[in-house]
Amino acid sequence: MVKTDTVKNAESTPDQDQPYKELGLKDDEYARIKDILGRRPTDAELAMYSVMWSEHCSYKSSKVHLKYFTDTTTDEMRSKMLAGIGENAGVVDIGDGWAITFKAESHNHPSYVEPYQGAATGVGGIVRDILAMGARPLAVMDPLRFGPADAPDTRRVLPGIVAGVGGYGNCLGLPNIGGEVVFDATYAGNPLVNALCVGAMRVEDLHLAHASGAGNKVILFGARTGLDGIGGVSVLASETFDDSAGAGKRKKLPSVQVGDPFTEKVLIECCLELFAERIVVGIQDLGGAGLACATSELASAGDGGMHVYLDRVPLRASGMTPAEVLSSESQERMCAVVRPEDLDAFMAVCAKWDVIATEIGEVTEGDRLVITWHDEVVLDVPPRTVAHEGPVYHRPIERPADQDALQADTPDKLAKPADDELLDLVKTMAASPNLASKRWVTQQYDRYVRGGTVLAQPADSGMIRIDETTNRGVALSTDCNGRYAKLDPYAGAQLALAEAYRNVATTGATPVAVTNCLNFGSPEDPAVMWQFEQAVKGLADGCVELGIPVTGGNVSFYNQTGATAILPTPVVGVLGVIDDVRRRIPTGIGAEAGETLLLLGETREEFGGSEWAHVVHGHLGGLPPKVDLQREKLLGEVLVAGSRDGMLSAAHDLSDGGLAQALVETCLIGEVGARVFLEGEKFTELFSESTARVLVAVPRTEELRFTDMCTARGLPWRKVGVVDPESEALEIQDLGRLPLTELREAWEGTLPALFD
Amino acid sequence: MRVGVITFPGTLDDVDAARAVRYAGGEAVSLWHADHDLKNVDAVIVPGGFSYGDYLRCGAIARFAPVMQEVVDAAKKGMPVLGICNGFQILCEAHLLPGALIRNHKLHFVCRDQWLKVENNETAWTSRYDKGAEILVPLKSGEGGYQADRSTLDELEGEGRVVFRYVGENPNGSRNDIAGITSANGRVVGLMPHPEHAIDALTGPTDDGLGMFLSLVDSVVTA
Repeated sequence: MVKTDTVKNAESTPDQDQPYKELGLKDDEYARIKDILGRRPTDAELAMYSVMWSEHCSYKSSKVHLKYFTDTTTDEMRSKMLAGIGENAGVVDIGDGWAITFKAESHNHPSYVEPYQGAATGVGGIVRDILAMGARPLAVMDPLRFGPADAPDTRRVLPGIVAGVGGYGNCLGLPNIGGEVVFDATYAGNPLVNALCVGAMRVEDLHLAHASGAGNKVILFGARTGLDGIGGVSVLASETFDDSAGAGKRKKLPSVQVGDPFTEKVLIECCLELFAERIVVGIQDLGGAGLACATSELASAGDGGMHVYLDRVPLRASGMTPAEVLSSESQERMCAVVRPEDLDAFMAVCAKWDVIATEIGEVTEGDRLVITWHDEVVLDVPPRTVAHEGPVYHRPIERPADQDALQADTPDKLAKPADDELLDLVKTMAASPNLASKRWVTQQYDRYVRGGTVLAQPADSGMIRIDETTNRGVALSTDCNGRYAKLDPYAGAQLALAEAYRNVATTGATPVAVTNCLNFGSPEDPAVMWQFEQAVKGLADGCVELGIPVTGGNVSFYNQTGATAILPTPVVGVLGVIDDVRRRIPTGIGAEAGETLLLLGETREEFGGSEWAHVVHGHLGGLPPKVDLQREKLLGEVLVAGSRDGMLSAAHDLSDGGLAQALVETCLIGEVGARVFLEGEKFTELFSESTARVLVAVPRTEELRFTDMCTARGLPWRKVGVVDPESEALEIQDLGRLPLTELREAWEGTLPALFD
Repeated sequence: MRVGVITFPGTLDDVDAARAVRYAGGEAVSLWHADHDLKNVDAVIVPGGFSYGDYLRCGAIARFAPVMQEVVDAAKKGMPVLGICNGFQILCEAHLLPGALIRNHKLHFVCRDQWLKVENNETAWTSRYDKGAEILVPLKSGEGGYQADRSTLDELEGEGRVVFRYVGENPNGSRNDIAGITSANGRVVGLMPHPEHAIDALTGPTDDGLGMFLSLVDSVVTA
């Protein structure tokens, strides 16, 4: 028998002990809640405040730093932004009347506990965020990070996470067009599962989450609410249990939610039909913190109060308490605000799609969020104090004591290979887990569904056609090298930005906006907060230099195993626009007869944080490659111009593994050989990771025109070889030849050998 | 030339099938799972996806949808019907085609560009191809392993009713490398790979799949 803790009860029992610590609230936070309410909170109020004031929902440790993104965004950068930080997802005007919304989110901790469902619901959550903006979700991407590829636990975690991403996304009908798979020992007890979704809508169809207009109805629709994903709130349930009544222990469900992609697919189509009928005033997805979050955020962003009849919520478990109903993270649910006169039409659309829809409340005059449970008031709060005025922390920040030593430990002292070892090294590097083909992963993802995919993994960026008439489209890439960020978080974040920017431009699109997913260790560790602060500053300053805004993002803290934090991992996603996807630049060479290979940019001896130092020496130290955003910008302009004028037949970005890896990939993807000549120190030429470089293939007829353009614009370029369809090998002058069959075995064999 | 494309809850590739019909010069007509109505179409495509979530067994629930009863009746009168991926599974469950599709032998969902050999170019959906031609189209499925008992396989092989066969490594454990089959009268065809995703080299590996939709337009015009 569960006793309901009403407001009346709370007033009469002011001194009752409450398990606020178990719910993650600090003493002063609990005191502040009492102060706001003028009494102790009810169970339901405590549940709502504790989830909404959690790090995940309130950004309490990161808020003061994230403000820097908004502060540094100029009006010019903002000119194409229709919605930015603070909304469910950022929205950008891409021309032709189209608006694009995109965002990334983390689902790291659930995916370690329950890899399949953790990853699946991560995809589901970000897709609903995009849907809540009024857009049709069009594609997903998944940046993933794991412990060492050969570690036993990686064999447990990776196949489950990949199957979860695929299982949910495939059944939902969204193409997976890219992402990352990175292995590093620091992720062994804390894999990273980030999910990005992109959607499109007509500019005039943008929906923002707010509940305006007294008398409007609040509708909960989608799946039923159950005991899954309740997390810490189950503490409340057990506290209010009367064991002596013989009820016994109630069955607890795992705190990781269980996804149902079919329900989400139907929910998407249902929502889009509702949007088309223009019968939605405001809409909010239910994600982390469930109804607690949706009702308080809708009410907080609106111009009135809200009354919710919580007992009307359709349940799939019996005996749930109000606190549990509020905090359940059951998936595939949305909350809409609808004018009373549109209610019937709304319900008819839901009925057509067999979606359960329930009127659970209404927008009221006044400024309180009131929730009743069988006519008794169990929650009565000012919604802004829950959703927007949570605690804010200025956590201590301190540059790690060993940062200087780390930077002083340069790779200069590492033994370099002799020239006659380089050919083997090309193969060894291509087979190393971080550089090896990710086909084993990506072939479990549907990249074709909806028929708009123009490029997908292993292309430098994913590209989808948005408009079938004009062929306008977008390109997206996510990147981050955590080792660079460890050596210098400010530069590391900029390098992530630079790489994503370059990847987008390499396919012929113009970069226009940025999102991020900032994965870090514990914010209570001053060294981690230093990394975080540095990364935010680096990313924001980099965006100013490139002239593209951060439109939104996500912060994930507490990614660590014991006292060991993960490599700081500020994953950066860049969105690009291409006015005609038919001019996209592919990755593989050999599309045209007679191509010259040119290396754009400059190569320096830069091995700090490099893949070579990691694979061959297990070394991490020194400084990451130099950042040069002005050069990245110029390079991007040259690539887009080259694509526009049909001068480029292929292009591939140089990043981890340097020129050697770019050559291997461009040959294997294009299924043709090449003859390459190096200048200067061969090892540096092949494996240095200097940035702002791209390998391009130019049809011989366009060579002069293209190189003249590079010279005129001041972009360094050098001829490094020719495509040779006859040779079926990668031949490097003075070093020898690597047959493509051997290279393919090396590049494609690694992951199947580990995970099949 | 009106070609119906069915949408069940959980259907995903209906927009792609409709696009392929348009590319071939036909008119795509949306058919809703809950309606006993084929809207006077000349042919029907049962597209890919996860109808009703496919939690029970792929296609097991969709075959009972009102619209499928109409499809079965029309097919018996000779209407051309194409089932792609989940649509193939549904046609098998509805007994318009023999056999069944089971989990891929390696138990993973497989999305890849797949070479197929055209074994039969006399169906309503394959007349545009040369017999023995090889085409490259996407395959994307988790339960694409074609299974049938020995006598059914013998019958299919004996009557030349295997329409497409996988070339190279068998991607999913299908018996006899079977990728697609047809009914005795050559009007109903089901296949696991997705020809509707290979109608334009911009968004697919090739435009090899367009031949199936052009074949249909031919067959209805000449019928």
